[in-house]
Amino acid sequence: MNLSRKWLSEFVDIQATDREYDQVMTIAGQKVETTTRLDAELKNVKVGKVLSIVRHENSDHMWVCQIDVGEAEPVQIVTGAQNVRQGDLVPVALHNSWLSGGTHITKGKLRGVASNGMLCSIQELGLTQNDCPEACTDGIWILNDEDAHVGQDINEVIGNDDAVVEFEITNNRPDCYSLIGLARETAAAFNVPLKLHEPVVRGGGPGVLPELLDVETPDPDLCRRYSARMVRNVKIAPSPKWMRRRLRAAGIRPINNIVDITNYVMVEYGQPMHAFDYRYVKGGRIIVRRAGADTELTTLDGTVRRLTPDMLVIADETRPVGLAGIMGGENSEIVDDTVDVVFESANFDGTSIRKTALALGMRTDASGKFEKNIDPMLTLPAVNRACELVELLGAGEVVDGVIDILNYVPEPVVLPLEPDRINALLGTRISEADMIDYLRREQIPVVDGMIQVPSWRPDLRRMADIAEEVARFYGYNEIPTTLMRGATTRGGYSPSQKLENLAGAGARALGYSEIITYSFVSPSGLDMIRAPKDDPRRCQVKILNPLGEDTSVMRTTALPSMLDILARNYAYHNKSVKLYELAKIYLPVQGEALPYEPKLLVLGSYGAGDFFAMKGAVEDLLCALNAQKPEFYPVRDNPTFHPGRCAGVRVGGKELGVLGQIHPLAARNYGMDCEVYAAELNFTDLITVLAGEKTYHPLPKYPATTRDLALVCCEDVTVGQLEACITAAGGKLLKDVALFDIYRGVGILPGMKSVAFSLTFRAEDRTLSDADIAPAMEKILKALAQDLKAQRR
Amino acid sequence: MKEQLERIRASALAALEEATQTSDLEALRVKVLGKKGELTAVLKTMGKLSAEERPVMGQLANSVRASIEEHLEQRKKELAAAALEARLAAEAVDVTIPGSRQSLGHKHPMNIALDEAKEIFIGMGFQILEGPEVELADYNFTKLNTEEGHPARDWSDTFYLKDDSSVLLRTQTSPMQIRAMEAIKEPPIRILAPGRVFRKDEVDATHSPMFHQIEGLVIDKGITMADLKGTLETLVKSLYGEDSVVRFRPHHFPFTEPSCEVDVQCFKCHGQGCPTCKGEGWIELLGAGMVHPKVLETCGIDPNVYSGFAFGIGLERMAMRRFQISDLRLIFENDIRFLEQF
Repeated sequence: MNLSRKWLSEFVDIQATDREYDQVMTIAGQKVETTTRLDAELKNVKVGKVLSIVRHENSDHMWVCQIDVGEAEPVQIVTGAQNVRQGDLVPVALHNSWLSGGTHITKGKLRGVASNGMLCSIQELGLTQNDCPEACTDGIWILNDEDAHVGQDINEVIGNDDAVVEFEITNNRPDCYSLIGLARETAAAFNVPLKLHEPVVRGGGPGVLPELLDVETPDPDLCRRYSARMVRNVKIAPSPKWMRRRLRAAGIRPINNIVDITNYVMVEYGQPMHAFDYRYVKGGRIIVRRAGADTELTTLDGTVRRLTPDMLVIADETRPVGLAGIMGGENSEIVDDTVDVVFESANFDGTSIRKTALALGMRTDASGKFEKNIDPMLTLPAVNRACELVELLGAGEVVDGVIDILNYVPEPVVLPLEPDRINALLGTRISEADMIDYLRREQIPVVDGMIQVPSWRPDLRRMADIAEEVARFYGYNEIPTTLMRGATTRGGYSPSQKLENLAGAGARALGYSEIITYSFVSPSGLDMIRAPKDDPRRCQVKILNPLGEDTSVMRTTALPSMLDILARNYAYHNKSVKLYELAKIYLPVQGEALPYEPKLLVLGSYGAGDFFAMKGAVEDLLCALNAQKPEFYPVRDNPTFHPGRCAGVRVGGKELGVLGQIHPLAARNYGMDCEVYAAELNFTDLITVLAGEKTYHPLPKYPATTRDLALVCCEDVTVGQLEACITAAGGKLLKDVALFDIYRGVGILPGMKSVAFSLTFRAEDRTLSDADIAPAMEKILKALAQDLKAQRR
Repeated sequence: MKEQLERIRASALAALEEATQTSDLEALRVKVLGKKGELTAVLKTMGKLSAEERPVMGQLANSVRASIEEHLEQRKKELAAAALEARLAAEAVDVTIPGSRQSLGHKHPMNIALDEAKEIFIGMGFQILEGPEVELADYNFTKLNTEEGHPARDWSDTFYLKDDSSVLLRTQTSPMQIRAMEAIKEPPIRILAPGRVFRKDEVDATHSPMFHQIEGLVIDKGITMADLKGTLETLVKSLYGEDSVVRFRPHHFPFTEPSCEVDVQCFKCHGQGCPTCKGEGWIELLGAGMVHPKVLETCGIDPNVYSGFAFGIGLERMAMRRFQISDLRLIFENDIRFLEQF
């Protein structure tokens, strides 16, 4: 909502600078977005009188003028315009002046003759023909009839000695989309009187209203109120300068007196109005109804609108003549030869207007106001004000009487003023008298402790609403600041949040940096990671109105997100990258409205080590998180991963996820031509397979004995199998099995490999001798030979 | 004999002075004090001396031995010290060569900012809560007193997953207020619920269709707007310093009444107006208010017994201000050169 400070001064007297006004209004709850001085653009442009005008000696179309701008000496200016005469008052852009659009004017020479500035047209002053209908369009603006005097700043002539304040109006205050509403707020904030004006209409125009016009509202649910008056023998003309200036300050283009009056009233009262040409209201009947069978209407802007049956239209006997609350129809528009006019001032259902405007993609000033459900009591004063202005402008003859159909009579709202409860909610000690005074400032009367809520305040319905009003004018910043009392609560993290913090710290200790990626992804991400057509992860939660295909489904795996980020870093030529994310996924659940949202721990890297670096990171992390001992097993059929470099991760019998090298074809899909490693573990499941609380185990008292064991076995026997076999057969003295070498080559047959382990034996109660260890070694070798055909080398 | 002993002593001590290595010292010890050494040889002739001379010479011989041994030891220490010094000198490194670093990973700046906020509220007894990001319209709007037809519900503003507009991507963390009240039932409630939220905004320097909020909720007997102010002032001063100036101004949210927005005075211009604060002198931080009685009623909490306050903070904006990040897109781009700066 844009507010002209000059227009405002008609309703309230305040002496506040722009900055003071901004601060006071903002603190009182009407936030000022910006304040624009209208005279900020035109600088050093003055009214001048043409003392003499002679032909330029070197030009057949230019003139040399001597101009009095109120200074000691006249100013010489060369102009190419042909409409300037001696004695004319003209706008003069002096040396070092600024015009509309930031044009800077300095003195110079035109064909050898000094010119100390420029005479201006309306366009050069940022005006249009609508602003100055009398002005010449292709020459200098002649100011003889503009009540201007020599030396006057042109901003004063134009009416630019004003500031426009842009307010951010909140949804609950539809009344503030009007000058009167903001004047009321201003009066309350500055605690000064509000000067309201009761419209007075002389009337007496020819004819009897009920005989001329009939209004029906067959759809009362969508039309709460319809008020109308008629003006006859209209003289369509430009509206006077003062009205044009005010409309311009409000950001509205002046058109003609009748249309300008409807806009003027809309700004003043916040009540959208419409004017019909009576000639085109067939049968003198206005019917406010749903469009029904009518499917088309050409609106004022010349666009053909496709109607749906539920849209509310204003119709005559035969056809729609306007889209209710949004825009009039072209077929009943006010034109230059309009004679009789119907003023409509109505109140329509906000939701219906909003839906129609949205469906047709045409939000207008009017629809924006109706959407917010404005005060139905406004229609009558607004239509009267319009008629008063008609008479003031001498624009026509107002017919006596008003048509007023009231389909919805709002119940008067009366609330008790509860000072104790208000103080208890705010934490203040404001007296009842002060509260009553704050409400009085807002034009809200309190009678015998009962608040008479005005019709324009639908936001005041209970104690908390009144508390806000009291707080606003007491001052939010005057309310004390205290710390909560009452029962103490124990703050902190849940066990799973603690584990997340630990996982993050662990990942960072291992050199992985945290990323944050979108929850919605492209469905093609699953193709990029080569997921099969029947992959259950293809069952995704879909967004019905996504911004684009790229963000149209909720992810069921976080690998594509990780690979996207790795690929971006790769494209940026970042050499070595290690990343992690704790990422939610969204899995549809049969019969449930909401999906299951578990968290995954995802690691990704390139240029930073091999398979075993990634596996080591996962092992370290699981250890840091106190997970039970993990098992790793080869996975050859996961198409996202290298078939020979992919391991499944199982903890406590639960499949937690997978790690390995991204399949070169998948990496290539992301434009990466290097070894990329990733791990994806279900973090939510991990929480269920943690090892128990850690307790202290006494340190060993006796030394350990180690035995190296080199084995020869077939290639397809895994280290894991060998290790498991040794551990199982080693008995309770065997404390540790550690791989230290794998060898293939001279001395080992093709298809075979040599694997060497270091075995650690220890007893709690004595130093072990050969005699203790020999039987264990024998058992181990026997088991290895039997189960895995592995022999001592 | 006496001269002989004195000569041995003198020559031994001279040789000691000249020795440069510990092996020289050992050779000298053998040569002089060893079984076949010079001193031993002299002592062997002691038998030829008279009974009067013998104890005198014996004493002298012992003193010569002691003296040589003492100097030998002394010299040994000197040489060892010199050798150590030489070794240390040889082992010296250029300490300005960069250390061998483990290169720790980095926390995302948004989560650094979030963790700071969490710590502040945990200190005030808040529990950290999480909830669903795919949410029911009931929780995101209806139970938060946001009626049907409210513009925020438009399909042009909110991502929907069901044709009947019943399931959506939450547009705010405020549904966590409802979930907290339903889960905890009996006040006192003090929760902080950070998380992702989604709105239909195209990506630019200040907008993203996914961003983060931190929701706070306190419900108890006798909670006042003064408590809300005290709590939020504590947050702002902890985040931005004790001398930061906070301003509360009225605003409107459907689920709080009275409602407010909280601004902090611009750090750069101290309220004078500058490009950082877009000339306003103040920077908007968060929205808050007293929980609307209708919302309490909806959750089965009697507004005549309990009251409370709620607030919502935009995390991106907080992090961007904290680290002077100029473009929101950097947050989700995850360029390692960006992440490594924090």
